[in-house]
Amino acid sequence: MSRPEDTLPPDLFYNDSESRKYTTSSRIQHIQTQMTHRALELLSLRHPSLILDVGCGSGLSGEILSSSAPTTPSGPHTWVGLDISASMLAVALEKEVEGDLFLADAGQGVPFRPGTFDAAISISAVQWLCNAESSEESPAGRLGRFFNGLYASLRRGGRAVCQFYPKNEEQKRMVSNAAVRAGFGAGLLEDDPGTKSAKTYLVLTVGGGELDGDITGVVKGMEGVDVVDGRRRAKDKAKRGEERKGSKAWIMRKKEQMEKKGKVVKASSKYTGRRRKIAF
Amino acid sequence: MKILTLNFLTCARKACKATNAAFPLHPRDAELEIVETDLNPLFIRNILPRIEWDALREICVELGLPTLPDAAPEPAALFAEPIVPADTMQDADEGAEKQPTQLLQDLHRLLLETTIATGKLVCGNCGHEYAVKEGIANFLLPSHLV
Ligand SMILES: [Zn+2]
Repeated sequence: MSRPEDTLPPDLFYNDSESRKYTTSSRIQHIQTQMTHRALELLSLRHPSLILDVGCGSGLSGEILSSSAPTTPSGPHTWVGLDISASMLAVALEKEVEGDLFLADAGQGVPFRPGTFDAAISISAVQWLCNAESSEESPAGRLGRFFNGLYASLRRGGRAVCQFYPKNEEQKRMVSNAAVRAGFGAGLLEDDPGTKSAKTYLVLTVGGGELDGDITGVVKGMEGVDVVDGRRRAKDKAKRGEERKGSKAWIMRKKEQMEKKGKVVKASSKYTGRRRKIAF
Repeated sequence: MKILTLNFLTCARKACKATNAAFPLHPRDAELEIVETDLNPLFIRNILPRIEWDALREICVELGLPTLPDAAPEPAALFAEPIVPADTMQDADEGAEKQPTQLLQDLHRLLLETTIATGKLVCGNCGHEYAVKEGIANFLLPSHLV
């Protein structure tokens, strides 16, 4: 099966007949329902909340958020949905979903004031942000605008769960790094890894507030969770400062490492790491 | 679009994000519609502290809705003390459920049931108009405005 996001932008791909197909396919409905419940479980909401649904489509996830059934924890919730496909939104309108719908491109940002939402959810949408349809846009720019906007629009202590279909490891890294750069604590959760039904969830937390903002509090103890901690890596890099490869500091550190491994290293002197003049 | 949502919405343009004039967006030629929905007292209690009351008052004036009081209501005013008749005291747990006040019901009517069906939302900073049709607002920006 070809990846739809490789052939057309979502507003063109999800035309009227594709939207209807997507919404009425019981297999897709079942998977979407399952993933929404998983995302809700990861959000661990404590009271009826205001939730942003990014790429809400025809409102399949939204119907679960609005439900007062016990399968929707702490519900019913109130939601606002963004989608770039007018025909998907038309199907949502026909179904009279309870959430407010916006025709909007999340790659252009999130037009809500700071601290609006308790939580955000996104099912099978973020990979679309990795396409840039014109020369004025880059995937990195679109991802940056989305995650910066999302971060600002969430309350302190808020959470977001984005299930997406990364094309490859590189795209997975690009997406999670963009989230970390925006300020989120981020973890990747993989359900059924290595199988045809593998699902990737990017679990994001905003520090502060009543909830444990640290990502390890959310994903700790869950199997197959990788904490994406780009901030720590950046700090380490900063600590090493101007330690360029080949500089004295770099050589001293390498020597120390080798010594620790039990290797014999040359004694250091004031000449260590100095550039030698080339003798003809 | 619910009045609640309008109380959180800002202009999408990057240049407007930092300015005070980009919030709230001002409805123009708006047609309102009441869409009834179930009362969700705990949601209203959760969201009330996040409402920008002055902006809400302003929008109510612009839409010709009844004038709101000057200050936001206290969360304590949303619920009345439980009505527990003397002979059901043994069912204290059930009876202890607090009753939504008229205020809570009025807020529900205004924030969650009063919606903008059609019209425009105008940014007070850049003047950009966002169209609303069948309750759906179009926030797609031409690329030179992103
Ligand atoms: Zn503006």
